Amino acid sequence: MRVPLSWLKDFVDIDLPAEALAERLTLAGLEVAAIAYIGVPQASVPGLRYPKSDHLVWDRERILLGAIREVKPHPNADRLVLAMVEIGGGVIEQCVTGAPNLFDYQGQALDMPLWTAFAAEGAEVWDGHSDEPQRMILKEKPLRGIPNRSMVCSEKELGISDDHDGVILFHEPILRRDGTPFAPGTPLQDVLGDVVFEIEFTPNLARAISIYGVAREIAFLLDLPLRPPSFDAVMDGAPLGDAVRVEIRDSALNPRFTAALLRDTKVKPSPEWMQRRLRLVGSRPINNIVDVTNYITFEIGQPLHAFDYDKLAARAGGGAPTIITRTPEPGETLETLDHVKRALEPHNILVADTAGALSLGGIIGGAETEIDDGTRNVLLEAASWNYINIRRTMTTQAVRTDAGYRFSRGVHPSQAILGLKRGIELMRQTGGGQIAAGVIDVYPNPQPPIKVDLPAREIERLLGVRMSAAEAAGLLRRAAFAVEIDGETLHVTVPDYRMDIGEDTIGRADLVEEIARAYGYDRIAQTLIADEMPAQRGNPALEQEEMARDVLAALGLREQISYRMTTPAREAQLVPPGLASSLPLNPYVTLANPISSDKTVMRKTLLISLLENARHNARFTNRQQVFEIGAVYLTRPDDPLPDEPRRLGLLMTGRRYPVSWLGVDSAANVDYFDLKGVIEGLLRGLHIRARIVYERSPHTSLHPGRSARLMLDGKPVGDFGELHPLVASAFELTGAPVYVAEIDLDALLGFSPALYPITPLAVTPPILQDIALVVTEETPAAAVEAVLVKAGGDLLKRCTLFDVYRGDPIPAGHKSLAYNLVYQTDARTLTDNEVASVHQRLVKAAERELGAKLRG
Amino acid sequence: MQSQLETIYAQAAAELDSIASGEALDAWEAKYLGKKGVVIELVRSVGTLPKEERADFGKRANAIRDALMEAYQRRSESIKAQALAADLEGGAIDVTLPGRPRQMGGLHPSTHTLRRFYEIWAEMGFQVYRSRDVEDDDTNFTLLNMPPHHPARDMQDTFHTTTPNVILRTHTSPGQIRAMREFGGEGTQPIRIILPGMSYRFEQITARSEIQFHQVEGLAVGKHIRMSDLKGTIAEFAKRMFGQNAKMRYRASYFPFTEPSMEVDVECFLCGGTGCRICKYTGWLEIAGSGMVHPVVLRNGGYDPDVWSGFAFGMGPERMTLLRHAIPDIRYFWGNDLRFLEQF
Ligand SMILES: [Zn+2]
Repeated sequence: MRVPLSWLKDFVDIDLPAEALAERLTLAGLEVAAIAYIGVPQASVPGLRYPKSDHLVWDRERILLGAIREVKPHPNADRLVLAMVEIGGGVIEQCVTGAPNLFDYQGQALDMPLWTAFAAEGAEVWDGHSDEPQRMILKEKPLRGIPNRSMVCSEKELGISDDHDGVILFHEPILRRDGTPFAPGTPLQDVLGDVVFEIEFTPNLARAISIYGVAREIAFLLDLPLRPPSFDAVMDGAPLGDAVRVEIRDSALNPRFTAALLRDTKVKPSPEWMQRRLRLVGSRPINNIVDVTNYITFEIGQPLHAFDYDKLAARAGGGAPTIITRTPEPGETLETLDHVKRALEPHNILVADTAGALSLGGIIGGAETEIDDGTRNVLLEAASWNYINIRRTMTTQAVRTDAGYRFSRGVHPSQAILGLKRGIELMRQTGGGQIAAGVIDVYPNPQPPIKVDLPAREIERLLGVRMSAAEAAGLLRRAAFAVEIDGETLHVTVPDYRMDIGEDTIGRADLVEEIARAYGYDRIAQTLIADEMPAQRGNPALEQEEMARDVLAALGLREQISYRMTTPAREAQLVPPGLASSLPLNPYVTLANPISSDKTVMRKTLLISLLENARHNARFTNRQQVFEIGAVYLTRPDDPLPDEPRRLGLLMTGRRYPVSWLGVDSAANVDYFDLKGVIEGLLRGLHIRARIVYERSPHTSLHPGRSARLMLDGKPVGDFGELHPLVASAFELTGAPVYVAEIDLDALLGFSPALYPITPLAVTPPILQDIALVVTEETPAAAVEAVLVKAGGDLLKRCTLFDVYRGDPIPAGHKSLAYNLVYQTDARTLTDNEVASVHQRLVKAAERELGAKLRG
Repeated sequence: MQSQLETIYAQAAAELDSIASGEALDAWEAKYLGKKGVVIELVRSVGTLPKEERADFGKRANAIRDALMEAYQRRSESIKAQALAADLEGGAIDVTLPGRPRQMGGLHPSTHTLRRFYEIWAEMGFQVYRSRDVEDDDTNFTLLNMPPHHPARDMQDTFHTTTPNVILRTHTSPGQIRAMREFGGEGTQPIRIILPGMSYRFEQITARSEIQFHQVEGLAVGKHIRMSDLKGTIAEFAKRMFGQNAKMRYRASYFPFTEPSMEVDVECFLCGGTGCRICKYTGWLEIAGSGMVHPVVLRNGGYDPDVWSGFAFGMGPERMTLLRHAIPDIRYFWGNDLRFLEQF
């Protein structure tokens, strides 16, 4: 909300620089998001920083309030006139201008001057003809033969608005706060200069969403006296009598409804001071009646609604109308002021009469009974509405108004009568007529004020600030709380408009916050927790996860983190055409309101994140080695909340090594064994001692011949291998083969021991021997190794495959596997005979169990 | 025989003098002094001589062998010295050629920042508690003092799912309720935790706003937890995160689940508080929303708010990372462009 400083000063005397005030408000939770300056300079306040404003500062010597005494025709030009401007001390300056709004006054004697903004030679103004902001200095320059050294200014030229259709013009003298008019020649800064704060209100500050509301906060924060506006109305017309009746059907939705009647008034433009203020807060002036409803909304935060009384009477068949507030009948519709025909919903609350709906209560009026230029009699409504219901209606009807905004945050019923009286009086003052004596005030269940007992020790318990009951009472009284002190307890009565203060424990917390705001957060000490330290639990699951990250990074992989939203169609690309899906079959966690069509569900697999990122990165690099750790989302039949297991995804593709001038290998691409090496490294890094078995993977997203399933102690933990070529091409990854893994991280980490023993260092010398065995192609390497390890028993400490050979002299359909063997005991040095005998045992076992032949 | 001895000696000595390489020296050594070397054979041949010649011949042969061995040692050292000198003088490489690249892996920038959080908070006794991304509406809102249609819900645009009452959490605060119920022992045990996790907001994705982001929430519940402790604890964090001279500013604010509520700013560490584009010329950067745990939330967590109190705070690791590394666009984080990731 825009809050002009000049308007605030109606209610509180502020002598602080605007910047210091903004800082104080911001620290107290009324965040001043921006400060706009109109003509006045930005102050420099020690210790405060804010963006430098590049607005135009009006020269106090050269930019003045002018009074146009006469508008003369230009002797040489039809589209120019000469404005004779008095600028004080009887001095008249002649300004040549093409301002269209002066043409009407050409050649007339002006009994009353036209008030304007005058700029003398040498003054700096904005160039009104430039589309881009451009400053210029006024210079003497004859216009069509007439000397001209000064000007009358448009709002654009002074940086007030973008309006350059005419010069600034007031028909009424501009008054000081004390009611006396400003004289010609007064520096314009003092007349129209202003500072406008843009304040953002958090939901607890409903009471402050008005100029008076902000003024009240300022008075509270700075401990200044507050001057409320006048709530007196001259109600000397004929009695209201039975001119209108009001019926509230549900006082929970509409706690209070007040109304007043202004007779024989005239709808016309609002006074210029009111129009000026409305423009400052961003409201477009329409006519005095509509403007007053807006003015009161901005000024005290109580929205009003004006009906054309005669239209209501006509709907009532010429009799006295009856206003009914109620929820809609089935199928009922209403055309609102914004010309939207609305289908009403059961929770909407309507202001209606016997002929049907009139307006959407508290939000927007109906088209049929609105004020027009011919309106003579005005029925003014000031009501209060259930804020939750208003909020809901604004959401479902997709309508946002200044009134609805305030009611949806909460406006107390006590404010209705204040707004009604101030509003009807301003309508009378601006439009004339008589206010009917008496008001309608239907208020079925007024609530007693909230009372809270606050022991002073609560302040210390919650804030860590020791404060006497008297000091706390002083702070609360500044905010208009009524406080009685009883020993160390404060008996507090809450002002009615403070709907943010609760009762009992909550009320105490609310009051403590109020005390903290008045005391100043910056004055609260900084302490360290003295309370007992809770049980320290650690988070083993997280620690293991972080260990996995470290191991993978050490293995040369780069971590990625992806959006967790995808679409079923995107994930379906992971299944080659004609094959069954290996993805979880659980229905998706589906978003009801997706932000875009490519993010409609939560992912069920990390493969989608890996492959889409790979597709993106393939445009920039020929080498990708990445991992991601994160949740997938699997719905459960028996629980509305999904399972969120952690997964580990790996992806490797392209060059094995970074490009280098060294070595021929830099052109080689990664293959299955690079990925498997990472997985083996991970298992080693996590110190997993389970029985590790690699089976062929049935995962259909993978190449059937070049993929494996990792089994730990017989339990499947993940699948990895070359991406199925059809899947690769679906993701446009048609260059080097892509290798991926998806691993159940929870299962994997379940095998990682919290403690693991190391192997003591042997002191006896190892005996090294090689063995090469010829086996059939079909014999898996793992089977050969298993036989050797088993036959080697305790003496065989290590068995490492170092060569696989095919070709002459190995017979066709066979291969030779060569192993380094390390024999060793922990206790003593092995004899040659012992080694020869166990080596022989290995050869025999291989022959017997695998049909292997020792290679000569 | 003696003359043959002298001839061989002269020949060996002459050959040795002309030797310039280590290989030739090795060959010379094998030829004369090796197991089957000429000189060694001569020494060994003493036994085949007539008795009266043996003494003289043997003495001379040994002397020659020793002399040649010594000459060999000298020659060997001088050749080594020459080779060393040649290598030091002529063996220069182009030191500006690039090194052999190592395989460098690394962690996502958000992980780096999260780990920094874990570390600092752990030192202050806050341990990590994680809870789910897909939440029920009650835990995300209602139990945190935001009943349906509460205006504060406007502050957090929400992704709903097609399952009624199930949403993507808009903040990590629902973890407060879960943690209090899990660790609070029916409101009898103090708690000190941080709650990191991915949160989701229904917003347009732009350079400055994301639909998905990490949050790290903190929660301390005890019998003597005060707002001054909150200030002191966050200031301590800021000092460790941003440096010992970090200056703080505290602003009143509003969150439905805390009361009093407080925003915490730290003096802009990019401009030192003099004002820059990043801090919008205010000299301050917002680092945390915080406050004393609202009585309703304590009660929903099982605690008696008249006896127990607590504080909570929430921070955005991505935002801090963005500031620290001058990252121009928040979409870099989940874009996973390797050109970005490899800079960390
Ligand atoms: Zn800065």
